[in-house]
Amino acid sequence: MKRSKPERQTRRALHQLQRLMARAVMRPLTRRDRMQVKWIDGRPTEIVVNQFIKPNDRLTSFERLEIYNRQYWFRLRDCFYDDYPGLRAVLGDKPFERLADEYLTKNPSQSYTLRNLGSRLVKFLVANPKLTAPNSELAWDLARLEWAHIEAFDNAAERPLKVGDLSGLDAAKLRLRLQPHLTLLKLEHDVADFLIGIKKQAGLRNEASNAMEQRRHRAGVRTARGLKRRVNFLAVHRYQDGVYYKPLEPGQFILLSALQKGATLEAACARLVRLKLAGDLGATVRQWFANWAALGWFYGLKPSK
Amino acid sequence: MPANPFNHFTDYGIGIGLRVPHYDHILAEKPTVDWFEIISENFMCEGGRPLQILDQILEQYRVVQHGVSMYFGSPEKPDREHLRKLKRLVRRTRTPWLSDHLCWGSVDGRYTHDLLPMPYTFAAARVTAQKIRAVRDFLEVPVCVENVSSYAEFHVSEMTEWEFLNEVVERADCGILLDVNNIYVSSRNHNFNPFDYVNGVPAERVAQIHIAGHSKFRKYILDTHDHPVIDPVWKLYERAIQRVGRTATLLEWDDRIPSFDEVHGEALKANRFLQRLENETLKA
Repeated sequence: MKRSKPERQTRRALHQLQRLMARAVMRPLTRRDRMQVKWIDGRPTEIVVNQFIKPNDRLTSFERLEIYNRQYWFRLRDCFYDDYPGLRAVLGDKPFERLADEYLTKNPSQSYTLRNLGSRLVKFLVANPKLTAPNSELAWDLARLEWAHIEAFDNAAERPLKVGDLSGLDAAKLRLRLQPHLTLLKLEHDVADFLIGIKKQAGLRNEASNAMEQRRHRAGVRTARGLKRRVNFLAVHRYQDGVYYKPLEPGQFILLSALQKGATLEAACARLVRLKLAGDLGATVRQWFANWAALGWFYGLKPSK
Repeated sequence: MPANPFNHFTDYGIGIGLRVPHYDHILAEKPTVDWFEIISENFMCEGGRPLQILDQILEQYRVVQHGVSMYFGSPEKPDREHLRKLKRLVRRTRTPWLSDHLCWGSVDGRYTHDLLPMPYTFAAARVTAQKIRAVRDFLEVPVCVENVSSYAEFHVSEMTEWEFLNEVVERADCGILLDVNNIYVSSRNHNFNPFDYVNGVPAERVAQIHIAGHSKFRKYILDTHDHPVIDPVWKLYERAIQRVGRTATLLEWDDRIPSFDEVHGEALKANRFLQRLENETLKA
């Protein structure tokens, strides 16, 4: 239905007002967590805000809008704080807050749910290594693992295939799908145990006093400095509604990654030959598939091209 | 009060919000609770523990959905994927009605995740009502809109907040989730008499009532849902049920959440007002 002109104007006017207010609400705070006194074009913010917000007998227009501006940032920082405890422990509170503010300024939420707030963080960190220096690569590892954890927590789980479902199918044409909750990671540092430890501490912190929180937090930073640099492979997945980090051998990672990218079973297995694994390759791969199928990692069959 | 599409939930009694710290207690102890309100967005996922918990709750309890991100007051069309996910959840919970806020919070695809106040204009009421109708038609479930607490007012407003609420619900032909704590908070922030608000809404459209606590600052009050309900809010609640009759009532407690028993005990304080109302009705 085509809207009449007055209605279009109505919508446009409402839209413009909301766009202006949203711009003010989402602008970064000052170092002291206050609303910026200068508007985007250099005018005093107060003059801009006075045009659309009424003052009252206790607060100026500026102060009234500032409540929303501060709440916006406090809410998003809180969410980020909860979603990335590992990254926070590595960077420390202040640098983490600076990082969160930079990221959220350049990547405002585009989803109705705060769950997706960190969906573009890894890309942002790689593009802005100064924000995480001198621990950039460690920070990337943690951000990837923590995002994979979020994905594993509540992404879809399709009806899994059993080993028997695969028998008799032509490996040259067979394409398997991996569960949407499963993420395969190649990491440069041993971050899995570190993050598990941090999450346990966070659980304890919820019931501890503030004084204890500070002490525990510093302990987290100290541990992070000792994290070993070691290439390792992980499958982050969900099993019976719990999130697990399963270490993978290099061959397993290569095989699963190839399947995830859409290779046929035969083509994916062919990549293993180059690794020259010891023992009976066929028996080894069959055992792997039996384990993965038991964990329900495969579903459906991609149509062969 | 005669039954009507928006106010026939008289048997729902007193509920509380379903919150993570209480999951284990509820599933292990199975306490008697009239109903639980869930935040829809927390369960609009594809799988995992949230849905597993929800299914267990649904086996034992009645659940009503309450949303925080539909943004009826935003002139942009509702996101189809959002609506589809919400409808899947509506089918899962079989919620008898669904509520969200009379506010806006996103613009040009960017979300503030806040419940921002509306300019109280006739034009904004028309736009908002259209969106409520569209959402209700898609979801095929009665929709109620909740008044938000606010800290700012617009120069362009042409009416009071409750007049705006009336304008919207009449145009959209939808119900009201009357949050008496939000009325109290806004009345203190904007200098109006909260009883004028409670007396000014169409009683026959009130399907549910929210009660909650808040935080007081020197120059304003913030709606924090982290305290017990204060007496002036209970007085507003009493007045509200005098007008609308026995109505589904829910206590919100979202931050610094105490034990399940403490939250439930606070909610059940509403019973003394409901009991008094029933006694008065019997006498009459």
